[in-house]
Amino acid sequence: MSKKAFLSANEAAAYGVKLSKPHVVSAYPITPQTTLVEKIADFLANGEADFKYMMVESEHSAMASALGASLMGARTFTASSSQGLLYMCEMLSYVSGSRNPIVMVDANRSIATPWNIFGDQRDAMAMRDSGWIMLFVESGQEALDTVIQAYKIAEDPEVMTPVMVNIDGFTLTHTYDMVEIPEQEEVDSFLPPYNTTNKMDMKNPKTLCQSVGPDFHTEGRYLQQKAFEAAKRKIVSVNDEYAKLTGRSYGGLIEEYRCDDAEVVLVATGSVAGTVRAVVDEMREAGKKVGLIKLRSFRPFPKEYFESVKDKFKAIGVIDKSISFGYDGTVFSEVKSAMYGSSAKMANYIVGLGGRDIPKKMLEDMYNKLFGMVSGKNEAEVQFLGMRWE
Amino acid sequence: MKQIRWHGRGGNGAFTAARLLGVAASVFEGKSAQAFPSFGPERRGAPVLGFTRIAEKTITDHSQVYECDCVIVLDETLCEVANVTAGLKPDGVLVINTRKSADAVAQHIGFADPSKIVVIDATDIALELLGNPIVNTIMLGAAVGVTDMVSMESVEAAIDDVMGKNLREKNKKAARAAYNKVKEAVMQ
Repeated sequence: MSKKAFLSANEAAAYGVKLSKPHVVSAYPITPQTTLVEKIADFLANGEADFKYMMVESEHSAMASALGASLMGARTFTASSSQGLLYMCEMLSYVSGSRNPIVMVDANRSIATPWNIFGDQRDAMAMRDSGWIMLFVESGQEALDTVIQAYKIAEDPEVMTPVMVNIDGFTLTHTYDMVEIPEQEEVDSFLPPYNTTNKMDMKNPKTLCQSVGPDFHTEGRYLQQKAFEAAKRKIVSVNDEYAKLTGRSYGGLIEEYRCDDAEVVLVATGSVAGTVRAVVDEMREAGKKVGLIKLRSFRPFPKEYFESVKDKFKAIGVIDKSISFGYDGTVFSEVKSAMYGSSAKMANYIVGLGGRDIPKKMLEDMYNKLFGMVSGKNEAEVQFLGMRWE
Repeated sequence: MKQIRWHGRGGNGAFTAARLLGVAASVFEGKSAQAFPSFGPERRGAPVLGFTRIAEKTITDHSQVYECDCVIVLDETLCEVANVTAGLKPDGVLVINTRKSADAVAQHIGFADPSKIVVIDATDIALELLGNPIVNTIMLGAAVGVTDMVSMESVEAAIDDVMGKNLREKNKKAARAAYNKVKEAVMQ
């Protein structure tokens, strides 16, 4: 019997880590670290879990030591946020390039400067090309379930790529709701122990994290790209398998909500997808044909899905809690490129930066702007909404 | 959906009370609930907010709370620094820890309708039953007495579930005392 508890998404994710039975957890405990690693430390202190906890002197060292442990064949976890993630950045490509299936949680928070500890997704989006699989969750329950799924995806022999599970700072990490905690036996039946040949082994010596010149370098990168293609399939199949076990499905790479007959849809990533869901229900009751596409996997990006719906909707708006300065919102540029040649009207809404709230009214306004575009109104493609001077 | 805002000071348990209410509603009554603090750095003694949402249907809304069915003020000095009636719905209620009358509070904060204000001297109950002026569970008992958002049995179960062993019995007793006091006042 699974147990139900009222938890923050940080605590829920910590349960996901505990149930995945890592051998090593490494973490830097100081700001911008979150309560997630505190909860994991509690499990160890209470004797509820058994692993090696490494308290290190920086986020860079946290990822470096996680890599060291992973190179020994250990299942490894770490977590960070904001500037901490940016400080870790150098190590991220070491981990992905050496194909070590570390799982980390990033509590999505804004980046300096001006310094701000509140939520947005600029920290993670700055890591777009680090070679990590990047999943975003909508709730504490999804955080717990996705951490467990992340190990299964990362450690798949065809994938062997690290996974960053993204949990919105504060709106999820510090928000409590009811979470179902699966039984250990249930998780054990789903997630086998990590077993790899990609490790230091006296009986089978090999070079790891090596230096490779132009003769072989491209082939390594090609294999990483192939691994992401495999991950696309694996994220879906792992979600389906988990759904059979627990009854909870998150759609895999994306989830469509009330999209079947929708004329106008919003693409949302992370906790705002939940708020959009509530707005969709309200607008549907008023007879408006609106829907939600929740983007769960940012890398690999579900290019084929967006290609397949390029002529399905009359207008598509993309919500971004980050922006690639000089271009578009980070998610929008990907959606637009995947939908190349689409007949749909498209718009990008930059909101929720540095912790600013995204109220339901603002989301309703987005839908109404999109309906306006459908009936011929011209709108700027990229818009910052809810500015102080509006 | 019911939305509740808690006004407290950092370290005085306002958010714990917000969570207890969420636990009572979700874990012990099978409803959907959400609880979150005012986001940002934590500072002892600074004015803080806590929020609880309760609904029959699953809550997926992750925006802030703008309209309240109930506002609970743990410390009346907060009326000087916060607009405690902001977003209070026409049928909402303000529950405040004070020795003043509802009329006096309404006049003090410039609020037109004293009938929406319920006063309770929670500090007095806290000093008597807890031995210190921590009023979070007492104000939870009072608010539940006024609104019946959840049952008092669920509140007691939540206290048992969340609080440390040495705090449980006296907090249940204090919450129940406030609940009874408010119910008696309604009867009169």
